[in-house]
Amino acid sequence: MLFKTASSPHNNQAYTVDQIMQRVLLALIPGTIAAIVFFGWGVFINIIIASITALTCEALMLNLRGRPIKPYLTDGSAMVTACLLALALPQLAPWWLTVIGTAFAIIFAKHLYGGLGFNPFNPAMAGYVVVIISFPREMTQWVPPLVEGYTHLNFIETFRLIFTGIAPDRFAWDAITMATPMDILKIQLGLELSINDIHQHQTYGPLFGSISGIGWEWINGLFLASGIWLAYKRIIDWRIPVGILGMLFFLSNSFALYDYASFTPPTFHLFSGGIMLGAFFIATDPVTASTTPKGRWLFGMGVGILIFIIRTWGGYPDGIAFAVLLMNLAAPLLDYYTMPRAYGHHWYEIPGYHKEDQDE
Amino acid sequence: MTDINYTEINKNGLWNNNVALVQLLGLCPLLAVTGTVINGLGLGIATLLTLVISNTIVSSIRHLVRPEVRVPVFVMIIASIVTTIELTMNAYFHELFNILGIFIPLIVTNCSILARAEAFASKNKILPSAVDGFMMGLGFAAVLILLGAMREALGHGTLFADSHLMFGEIARSWTIVLVDDYSGLLLAILPPGAFIGLGLIIALKNVIDKRIKKPQPAIAINVSTEAAV
Repeated sequence: MLFKTASSPHNNQAYTVDQIMQRVLLALIPGTIAAIVFFGWGVFINIIIASITALTCEALMLNLRGRPIKPYLTDGSAMVTACLLALALPQLAPWWLTVIGTAFAIIFAKHLYGGLGFNPFNPAMAGYVVVIISFPREMTQWVPPLVEGYTHLNFIETFRLIFTGIAPDRFAWDAITMATPMDILKIQLGLELSINDIHQHQTYGPLFGSISGIGWEWINGLFLASGIWLAYKRIIDWRIPVGILGMLFFLSNSFALYDYASFTPPTFHLFSGGIMLGAFFIATDPVTASTTPKGRWLFGMGVGILIFIIRTWGGYPDGIAFAVLLMNLAAPLLDYYTMPRAYGHHWYEIPGYHKEDQDE
Repeated sequence: MTDINYTEINKNGLWNNNVALVQLLGLCPLLAVTGTVINGLGLGIATLLTLVISNTIVSSIRHLVRPEVRVPVFVMIIASIVTTIELTMNAYFHELFNILGIFIPLIVTNCSILARAEAFASKNKILPSAVDGFMMGLGFAAVLILLGAMREALGHGTLFADSHLMFGEIARSWTIVLVDDYSGLLLAILPPGAFIGLGLIIALKNVIDKRIKKPQPAIAINVSTEAAV
């Protein structure tokens, strides 16, 4: 008689890298479609450029490092990096900017540190930081959402603009690109306008929907939904996004309660820019985030605090990349001090343990 | 110490024991001023002069200084030399002096100078010490210029910009524009660009060393014949 029960541990929930990456890519689809619907073909073209660059660089680096190319190339990790970076870039970013950012992400941030599993920094965010530091002007080429009163480019025009930098004759350059609602809010609040004044503004007013910017609320809402699905499937750990969003909500709510007119409201914070993409897809990277339960709480809360600080007082409109990279830097320390006690071991056997910190 | 091998000193200074690439000393000025070739060259020459003069003086007084007080004495000597060079640069290359700013006086704290005084000049005769200082300085200056060239080419799209600061008015036309109408990779000029650039140069050196090392028997024969000569 054959007993089919395998020996312990019986938990067979562990996913392979391929399965994780496939599910993450799958979860990115709804939000990406919303981005294309609201902001045009630029998003789609950016993703294609980034994917081709990422796969080429990945194959090149694997070849240089003498690693087998096919299993690593098809595991989807380069595709995830490419998609996350492309979704973070402005829709009309010139093609070379996307190529430089992706190439830096794969070659420098990933492979020079030893490839998947060894990189201390999130590759997509490292690539993003490189391009936003190097090309601040090109990184402002966002387009207004597809609503009445703003100009829109069709596929051919978008393609030509991204690859040649030539804007179609029928529009002035200023009419094609426009600051994001978050940027507008930040600048105008800095100019002592109140939130209500901005919502009623002739040029900027129509950009704002009922929660945040038109289009942005849909994109973030869909990323939130698919992020929850990923957490439910145990692909990502729920503590990190909850830490980020909870902290961001707590801080922005406190400041908005203190002075409603001059601080961005919490709902706006939670549904604009790349916050949901950052909280569920970027900060939860299993390689670069903290790995202990307590460490993940601290990691998420740290990212949330930094995002709020950079968004409110910083020089860049959205602080997700900087917040994630700074907390990546702190992740080894967090892991060291929050290592859980294994059953049967004493507290004093844990490296980060100090008696005065936790008397148990 | 009687038999001084000058080939060895040259090799050490320029390659095997390069101040910037192997000893990783003096990184603060190295990373801070190498935005352009001319800045790198200016600081490189200043450091080279300091190294040669300090090594010569330290070597010539090596029997007079008691070991207990050698470090303060060396630092005093180096500080005097750097002050002289600083004042000279202020007089003759005023604009370059303004650009390099605090990093000229800070040559005093460049560890490589004290390290050479301590490790080589205080134990060797005057001529070998001077040669050692020159070669170490040359190795350092070469890295400064190379890094400056990399960062200037990537960041500004030019080479040898502002040459007139160093070589007078004729040098105004020396600037090579690599790419016309270049918007510039800002990262290369900012501090992270210096770190990444230096890392790449060190990696390149390691690759070359590995390539040289591979055919081991051939090298061994070369060394033995050299020693015999």
